[in-house]
Amino acid sequence: MTELMNEYGWTLLLIVLQALAIIVPLLTCVALLTYMERKVMGAMQLRQGPQTVGPFGLLQAVADGVKLFSKEIVIPSRAHGPVFILAPMLTLFLSLVAWAVIPVNEGWAIANINVGILYLFAVSSVGVYGVLMAGWASNSRYAFLGGMRSAAQMVSYEVSMGLVIVCVLLCVGTLNLTEIVMVERTWWMNALLFPMFIVFLISILAETNRAPFDLPEGESELSGGFMVEYSGMAFALFFLGEYANMILMSAMAVILFMGGWNVPFGLEGDIINAVPGVIWFGLKTFSILFFFIWTRASLPRYRYDQLMRLGWKIFLPFTLIWVVVISGTLLYLDAFPK
Amino acid sequence: MHLIQYAKSFLLYEIVIGFAKTFSYMFREKVTLNYPYEKAPISPRFRGEHALRRYPNGEERCIACKLCEAICPALAITIEAEEREDGSRRTTKYDIDMTKCIYCGLCQEACPVDAIVEGPNFEFATETREELFYNKDKLLDNGDKWEAQIAANLAADAEYR
Repeated sequence: MTELMNEYGWTLLLIVLQALAIIVPLLTCVALLTYMERKVMGAMQLRQGPQTVGPFGLLQAVADGVKLFSKEIVIPSRAHGPVFILAPMLTLFLSLVAWAVIPVNEGWAIANINVGILYLFAVSSVGVYGVLMAGWASNSRYAFLGGMRSAAQMVSYEVSMGLVIVCVLLCVGTLNLTEIVMVERTWWMNALLFPMFIVFLISILAETNRAPFDLPEGESELSGGFMVEYSGMAFALFFLGEYANMILMSAMAVILFMGGWNVPFGLEGDIINAVPGVIWFGLKTFSILFFFIWTRASLPRYRYDQLMRLGWKIFLPFTLIWVVVISGTLLYLDAFPK
Repeated sequence: MHLIQYAKSFLLYEIVIGFAKTFSYMFREKVTLNYPYEKAPISPRFRGEHALRRYPNGEERCIACKLCEAICPALAITIEAEEREDGSRRTTKYDIDMTKCIYCGLCQEACPVDAIVEGPNFEFATETREELFYNKDKLLDNGDKWEAQIAANLAADAEYR
């Protein structure tokens, strides 16, 4: 028994602790993100946002969580039960699993694998299955249309996202997320990557089904899209998954383009150097999340054909050309990473 | 010309301007009124919950002329009248069905003695429908409760009548 404990017990304990070390801060961040979204949106629309539950309404997310917990999960009689239940679990599971490779500080990634960026890209692509399963299993027209839209949208924007990532990889020459952050970039690399940063930002909006590309939900035409039949905890899982995904995509943008846990803007000083990298990582992620919310408060929803046009006819050619431009520049300056 | 348009849309010109607009709104004063704690000012002519008024000596004003019943477009008012022991004409029943009332204010316009008025109270939601069938006691009660403000409102509006 002791032998078994020594052999597997500590490993198991370590794994559980590592999982908790991701899940607990992440879910706290999701709760704070929903609060921040409502506050920022409120401010931009001259409203106050939540302010009753707890100091400054900070406990609003807790109140919402308790409400969703205590509600009944209604499974429509014509729905496919197992798939219906599995879909939200899959969505949350995938958005949590991806965090295993995210380095929030130097050497703070749980799994520092060499193909981290591919893993991340693969996991976020599988995320579409949660939506598709929900749409199909609900056996409702709204949900089905929402699921279909979401699938088409996520697939379209993944294409240009992939090419954006290729651009970054050309400059840094590694697939390991920690190394992507560590590699020094020259000023012209940053200048060349800036347009890709913008494309990436817009693509992650579409990838996470956020405004102005929130057609899968589209409450005015689809009344809630693939989530329309969900209630209680099943809905809460979707909700958590969606917001965790937002944070994940922001973290991805921070790693690829904003220098991860490094001090931004080349700032110097004793105090600034004393700040741990994870704080900088958090601040950068926060700024991207602010952009998410800012967009939602600023832009109306795209029409479906406009969304497809933007993805296939503008982003795809543009990123393709940019891959050629970047690799051409690298070739001309003989600056390919060794 | 087309080129400029293309450049503008490609550089997200309009979108950046829109973003700047929403960002500037973030720091403006909020227009929210914390309703149960803060209330917006209401006009002296505000037509809220009904009340039957009394004279300062405690005598009820209503003389059962039934003008309000006649003019009420929603037929919400029901009045029955009888001669009182001292010979004056008074109502024995004065009911307003608040679920029918459309708050048009014609009853208070029609009243020759300013007995029926629509007061400043708008917070009289109830849990059952029956509670909204007001009888004479309830209306007189309202009048006693809100008399100070109703009198002030009528005085403020008097010169325009």
